[in-house]
Amino acid sequence: MCLAVPARVIEIDGSRAVVDVMGNRLKADLRLVDARPGQYVLLHAGIAIEVLDDDEAKATLEAYRQVMGDA
Amino acid sequence: MLEERGKQLEQDLTEQELPEEEVSEQEHLEQRLSVEEASQAIPAWVARIRQKVDEGGRPIRLMEICGTHTVAIARSGLRGLLRGAVEMVSGPGCPVCVTADAEIDQMMAYCDLPGAIVTTYGDLLRVPGSRGSLADRRAAGADVRVVYSALDAVALAQSNPDRPVIFLGVGFETTAPAAALAIKAAAEAGLKNFYVHSAHKMTPPAIRALLADDGSGRALQLDGFICPGHVSTILGEQGFTFLPAEYGLPGAIAGFEPLDILLAVDYLVDAALGRRPVELLNGYTRWVRPEGNRKALALIDQTFTPSAGLWRGLGTIPDSGLALRPELARFDAAAAFPASLLPPPPRRGCRCGDVLRGVIRPPECALFGRACNPQRPLGPCMVSSEGACAAYHRYGDGEENLA
Repeated sequence: MCLAVPARVIEIDGSRAVVDVMGNRLKADLRLVDARPGQYVLLHAGIAIEVLDDDEAKATLEAYRQVMGDA
Repeated sequence: MLEERGKQLEQDLTEQELPEEEVSEQEHLEQRLSVEEASQAIPAWVARIRQKVDEGGRPIRLMEICGTHTVAIARSGLRGLLRGAVEMVSGPGCPVCVTADAEIDQMMAYCDLPGAIVTTYGDLLRVPGSRGSLADRRAAGADVRVVYSALDAVALAQSNPDRPVIFLGVGFETTAPAAALAIKAAAEAGLKNFYVHSAHKMTPPAIRALLADDGSGRALQLDGFICPGHVSTILGEQGFTFLPAEYGLPGAIAGFEPLDILLAVDYLVDAALGRRPVELLNGYTRWVRPEGNRKALALIDQTFTPSAGLWRGLGTIPDSGLALRPELARFDAAAAFPASLLPPPPRRGCRCGDVLRGVIRPPECALFGRACNPQRPLGPCMVSSEGACAAYHRYGDGEENLA
């Protein structure tokens, strides 16, 4: 079993991509997502299963910052 | 391996912030909370949750059903920090752990096929069936290979056309699409020697089984569920709306950082105490869409059909497994290579089944840390990197995390 990790898409070749995970270059299959270079995908067992929603990521960070502001 | 993965997960939200003047638009999106900021937030948030529980007058009991959450919660120390107010129970979230002995024996039987290459995810390698593990078979000469991706198994089949290549598909809804893609690739390449043993399982039926009254009146007393983050990227929010809709229980889809887990716990405590409506909260919106991953769901639908699933600890649950559809039978390892095996004997002393149902905590198993430990594991909960026993053994029970 593999954990799912965020991976940044470096370059795409058809349905495959080279992605960067913490400085490591890995191969990913992109057939389950619509991704562009520069976007983050969730990589699980060699397959990209989702694309990071940047707006939601920012909103989540904002929500956590607000929590810390209340602390 | 686990350490690296753990660090990768922690980096997700807690990398150092970049200096303002050098930040391009792209880099701006990658800004994270600093480690210091996040660390300060945790004790304060825990204190607020504890205060709410205090005011509510009773402790809250929550279950998580995701191996990655088991590890994240153990590693974060939150179990200990919340002890007494919120009890965090581990459920059957580790797919390797819930694979029953009989199924492991069946998978190991493929090792005896002449010329077979048996491919597996790394986590299954050391799990003992009733007659040893895949690692044991490999040491005895079987060609067992660990693959990172199911697609690697397809590549092996292509480069070894005269040998049957069997892929052991173990996982939940997050992982089933990978096997489906592998079968699709094998079909497109016209491969005649690629097989999948599908032991994939679905999460919601297991939750229903846990909540069902077993007739003795002792249905698990839970106030809410932390819902699996990555399973939810596939199923979407709709995968777990049955919790409030049919059981009146709140659910919170959560990410894997400590702050993500606290967000979920905070909501579930509020809902359990009547301060917020009981519903399904999506706390992982950066990855989980309401509709899930439609392409993955369609692919699962085209490849698999619900079947009876055999779960360690839970027994046979109807429509909880994913079997290959009849039109794909030529890729079905179990159909191509049936084996009649003796049913495995029950494991003496092993309480993985009870751990998986959340009935006991790992330290309550008499074998924990003694006869059963990471160096010499007896049951899958200790072998698997996502097993509750392994997580408790590695990160402690939470008692020693209290300052």
